[in-house]
Amino acid sequence: MDALTSLVEGFGTALTPQNLLYAFIGVLLGTAIGVLPGIGPAMTVALLLPLTRGLDVTSALIMFAGIYYGGMYGGSTTSILLNTPGESASVVTAIEGNKMARSGRAAQALATAAIGSFVAGTIATLLLALLAPSVADLAVEVSPADFFAIMVLAFIAVTSVLGSSRVRGLAALGLGLTIGLIGIDRTSGQQRLTFGIAELADGIDVVVVAVGLFAVGEALWTAAHLRRRPIDVIPVGSPRMSRSDFSRSWKPWLRGTFIGFPFGAIPAGGAEIPTFLSYVTEKRLSKHPEEFGKGAIEGVAGPEATNNASAAGGLVPMLTLGIPTTATAAVMLAAIQSYGIEPGPRLFDTEPELVWGLIASLFIGNTVLLALNLPLAPLWAKLLRIPRSYLYAGILFFSSLGAYAANANTFDLFLLLAIGALGFMMRRYGLPVLPAIIGVILGPFAEEKLRQALQISNGEVSGLVTPLSTVVYAIVALIVLWPLVRRFLPRKVVPSVLDEAAHEIEASHAHHGLTSAVSVERHVGDGTGRARDPEEPRGT
Amino acid sequence: MSSAAPGGVREQGRSEYGVALFLGALGILVIVQALLLPESRIARGPVGPATIPIVVGGLLVVVACFLAVDVFRGGRGEPEGGEDVELTGSSDWRTVLMLAAAFVANALLIEPLGWPFSGAILFWGSAFALGSRHYVRDAVIALVLSFGSWYLFAFGLDVILPVGILKGIL
Repeated sequence: MDALTSLVEGFGTALTPQNLLYAFIGVLLGTAIGVLPGIGPAMTVALLLPLTRGLDVTSALIMFAGIYYGGMYGGSTTSILLNTPGESASVVTAIEGNKMARSGRAAQALATAAIGSFVAGTIATLLLALLAPSVADLAVEVSPADFFAIMVLAFIAVTSVLGSSRVRGLAALGLGLTIGLIGIDRTSGQQRLTFGIAELADGIDVVVVAVGLFAVGEALWTAAHLRRRPIDVIPVGSPRMSRSDFSRSWKPWLRGTFIGFPFGAIPAGGAEIPTFLSYVTEKRLSKHPEEFGKGAIEGVAGPEATNNASAAGGLVPMLTLGIPTTATAAVMLAAIQSYGIEPGPRLFDTEPELVWGLIASLFIGNTVLLALNLPLAPLWAKLLRIPRSYLYAGILFFSSLGAYAANANTFDLFLLLAIGALGFMMRRYGLPVLPAIIGVILGPFAEEKLRQALQISNGEVSGLVTPLSTVVYAIVALIVLWPLVRRFLPRKVVPSVLDEAAHEIEASHAHHGLTSAVSVERHVGDGTGRARDPEEPRGT
Repeated sequence: MSSAAPGGVREQGRSEYGVALFLGALGILVIVQALLLPESRIARGPVGPATIPIVVGGLLVVVACFLAVDVFRGGRGEPEGGEDVELTGSSDWRTVLMLAAAFVANALLIEPLGWPFSGAILFWGSAFALGSRHYVRDAVIALVLSFGSWYLFAFGLDVILPVGILKGIL
């Protein structure tokens, strides 16, 4: 097994005392920041980006691996103890997790989430290690024309599948693409949308965009609607599980892993759909279906495992194709690019030490996560009580610090505020942030590939048509035309479990009121909602 | 679910046209800017530096039209919820403006005053805007954070943030 030898070498890179320390700091900071209310994993990574600037790229990525997992686990702690999920992927965890916490089983909910994340993360990282080199080998053959097609698919998928409203998803994508256009065109050297401002010639730093959209936008938006009454944090002791909790949890952990990984790995995913699928699956298979809705441990174990597995799966397209599928992966991709490294099929050949070091540190980060989070849970619960005035003041403080430190230029601070205002507007009018950030990061890359493809074909548009790209465009067309296509399909084509998932999403939304952190529902009213859309790429 | 939208449904409906207008105007700006680009001599084939901006601008304009139609038919954007967000009242613009003021103060003062003070002003001002009235405690926390982060960046990351008036002291 070639991959395994490389992996062992990766452990050699990651297990130096220094890198181990970075992994440890990463997990600790990632969890501590991620657990703070209002801060999701993407914002965690964006805010902590500047901290890795002084490090060499391998250590920085190792720290990121820790931050990545830590930030995600922090998010689930928040949703279990507060019942107000900060990000879409932990909405499902909140459904049963918070019910468990309310009935005095917070410790068990946190334990099954932590151990489930560990099990799923470990298996999924192993799958990543085994699968990614082969995908990269295949991807080397992929032509620029195919790449362009795949990126179009990613654009359409993030807008159509996740957006509560397609037109708003597309609007967000358009805004992101526009930001990505700013700067000197790489092929012709002409300035686009710079309006003669010298600072814009190099384009807008992705750190500024990510921090502006996620951190500043969120802080301003929350400040405008700050909950003035104290929120209800459920106290928690050390996480622990009884034998029966274990026997009820281990199967959901494994099932969650195998639901989450493939969804993360297709270049059009996100964690919401698989977590809902896992929830519905567990509800069906459970021996205690009556407990669902009242705090069933399976309903925490499955979705949490799914969430983590899909995060690891999401690294497959990110590392092998350079295509992120979640906001967090997008920010990580930006971080990697800031070191002048272009993730893509050749990464495994050109930077083996880096890639395998990163994969090995995912294992390490996962283990550190488990070792830290079981004993530290009561401390994390205390962090939830941090005064909101300090929390959001701190977010603005660290956002400014990070944006300024990136280029030591005051202009970036004004830009940060402008992008923060854009983020505010997007939150106010229900434009999802994910398509925007994907547009900023992938837009320039997609344009480059398109132009490469056309240069290869000497300007012939037919150069864009290859067998692979035809298939991909067919999928794109199917997604775009899905509302039409659906009418001609007999109802039975759609697996009923998906219908049920759609129903659950709708129900949980009614329950959470306007928690639009999940953006999948809204039009599910006809009982056959868009929650099914992700089936298309998978089924084709 | 859009019935609980802040500021009342009708009011939001009107401001949603503003979003469509913004998108449309931005799209036209992008297209016009692209058309003003000088002819490129290097680029080959049908896709030059102006092509993609025109496509993106076109996308924005088309989306703006669809959004306007959607709003006309009663579609509403769903404001984003969150842990600390309460969507029942209308937007608290006073807080937002005070935060923006603290933010701009930092941007203007970071070079003349130095990060240790401008950052502290940002933190203190933001905490004040968000309703904290422990003036002294806030100031202490703000200074500890800003000086601490200055030293962390200087010694941990080799990034020297502006020292401003503390030149020669830090």
